[in-house]
Amino acid sequence: MSVSTTDAGPGTRTERAPGPSARPPPPTHTLRPRVWRERWSYTFIIPGAAFFLVFMYVPMAGNVVAFQDYSPFRGIEGSPWVGLANFNAIWTDPEIITALRNTLIIAFLQLAFAFPAPIALALLLHSLLSTKVKRLIQTIVYLPNFLSWVIVISVWQQVVGGGGLVAGLLDNFGVTGFNLMSDADNFKFLVVAQNIWKDAGWGTIIFFAAIAGIPSERYEAAAIDGASGWQRTWHITLPALVPVATLLLILNIGSILTVGFEQLLLQQPMVGADAAQVLDTFVYFRGVLGGQWGIATAAGLLKGIIGTILVLSANKLAKKMGGEGIF
Amino acid sequence: MATATVSRPPWMNPPSVWVRAIKAIVIVCIVITMIYPLVYVIAMSFAAPEQARAGVIFPTKFSLDAYRAILNGGTVVDGLRNSLFITVVGTLLSLAATSMLAWGLVRTRQVPGAKIVLVGILATMFFSAGIIPNFMLIKYLGLLDSTWSLIIPGLISAFNMIVIRNFFQGLPEELIEAARIDGAGEWRIFLQIVLPLSKPVLAVMGLFYAVAYWNTYFNALLYINDSTKWPIQVVLQQYVLAGVAIPGAVVTEGQPPPPGVTLQMAVIVLATIPILVVYPFLQRFFTSGVLTGAIKG
Repeated sequence: MSVSTTDAGPGTRTERAPGPSARPPPPTHTLRPRVWRERWSYTFIIPGAAFFLVFMYVPMAGNVVAFQDYSPFRGIEGSPWVGLANFNAIWTDPEIITALRNTLIIAFLQLAFAFPAPIALALLLHSLLSTKVKRLIQTIVYLPNFLSWVIVISVWQQVVGGGGLVAGLLDNFGVTGFNLMSDADNFKFLVVAQNIWKDAGWGTIIFFAAIAGIPSERYEAAAIDGASGWQRTWHITLPALVPVATLLLILNIGSILTVGFEQLLLQQPMVGADAAQVLDTFVYFRGVLGGQWGIATAAGLLKGIIGTILVLSANKLAKKMGGEGIF
Repeated sequence: MATATVSRPPWMNPPSVWVRAIKAIVIVCIVITMIYPLVYVIAMSFAAPEQARAGVIFPTKFSLDAYRAILNGGTVVDGLRNSLFITVVGTLLSLAATSMLAWGLVRTRQVPGAKIVLVGILATMFFSAGIIPNFMLIKYLGLLDSTWSLIIPGLISAFNMIVIRNFFQGLPEELIEAARIDGAGEWRIFLQIVLPLSKPVLAVMGLFYAVAYWNTYFNALLYINDSTKWPIQVVLQQYVLAGVAIPGAVVTEGQPPPPGVTLQMAVIVLATIPILVVYPFLQRFFTSGVLTGAIKG
């Protein structure tokens, strides 16, 4: 703030006629009293701001090891700089190609199936007339969102895993060896199914908020004009959900390279790395467990940068197409 | 579906029997898919050994042996204790830190620099430094193998801070101004006026924090080597998913231990119970608009 006034000088400021800008930036000489007057506010802000600085911004600097042959024993100061060698190594690493492919396939399946699931569920629940039944079903479908992935995977293991509930039922019909949890071929569909089970219910909450904002006269007028139930859903309810859906889509595209890290990490031992390695698990296994810190950090950094570019461009695209962006 | 309490708007034609039947079937299927796995796991954790070994859809004979064996002491009890500590201490600290910051950032117009801090915090919702830099930071801070490594990095969630700040902005300004004129200090205003008025939002956010702390898994995997300091989620992963035998899980010496499957189910249930207990409280707020308003805003 002080920078903006130095070029103008205090003299010119006092003589300035009230221009089109409604609130000119405050002159330097009043900043200090303002800070002093609000000193109490800083006792509230500084601890929290320090937290974000240390735990969100300082680690960003740690990404410099992507340009080093880093080893924890030598530290950042002692590790040799290698330029872009880690990034070059990424492109020839067969494991990261697998990880990238798996990530993109899962992300695509998520967009195709897990993304529309809450919209469909919200429409279905919205069509129920009894608020009591609606409440009850909402209570049930929201619950899995609050369970950890460890619990979700454990429960699925007991139901569709080897020796689980479904396997036991199939045994009675002479079908043996059913184990969906270690089926590498269908693993990616399993991942999406788990996602829908855990999060689709909770995902409806934001669509309900959008539906609640639709004035009921609109439905009434449409019904009087002869629109059927489907037509009312198609022409009134769905368009009202578009802004929220766009916003969520932008966020989803930004995190397209981040697919359920804990979920995949937990299941990788059951189906193997070929089916379940994604970029995040690659970073973990290669870096933290494998000790190749440089290349793993480089992969993580690249992923972060691409994610940021994706969310910014998706945002721009949404604005260009006449919708509302998130910022 | 159509109970006596329902009033269909006069302009709405009643749907055909087929539509209603299909809707009912779909909804029943959804409800069963969502709830039956959990019911099954809970039921099987109480199943008598012979039924658990045979594998049934729903047990008819029950036994508490699995719980007796697990709660005897050892890893699972350690895990529950660690998770309880992380959850209680973490939630209290998080609420204190988050509400303080939110109150400080309410008056971005008047406080020089507050706007910059706010934007800087909002930006963190769209990026993350990555696993390895975070690991290096925790190591540098000497928090590896410390329970605090599971609390401090998650102390303030930017999203929760925004929700609380939104609520604070809706408090009656005259009330706070009046207290200020009466000579109350800022801390006194915060502790005696702002916080008591914000109980609903603090309750929701507290429950959200508590759920997050209870569900801590990956950070513990990353930062904690010492198995006596593991939270329950890591214990669950080790003994249920990775299939390691639970050490010391015997009811009485000389008798066969309960079957592995009931032990596993019992660990799942113990890790889930706190969530099931707080869920009804959490659920009350979903419809109250505290959350949806904040998400939209």
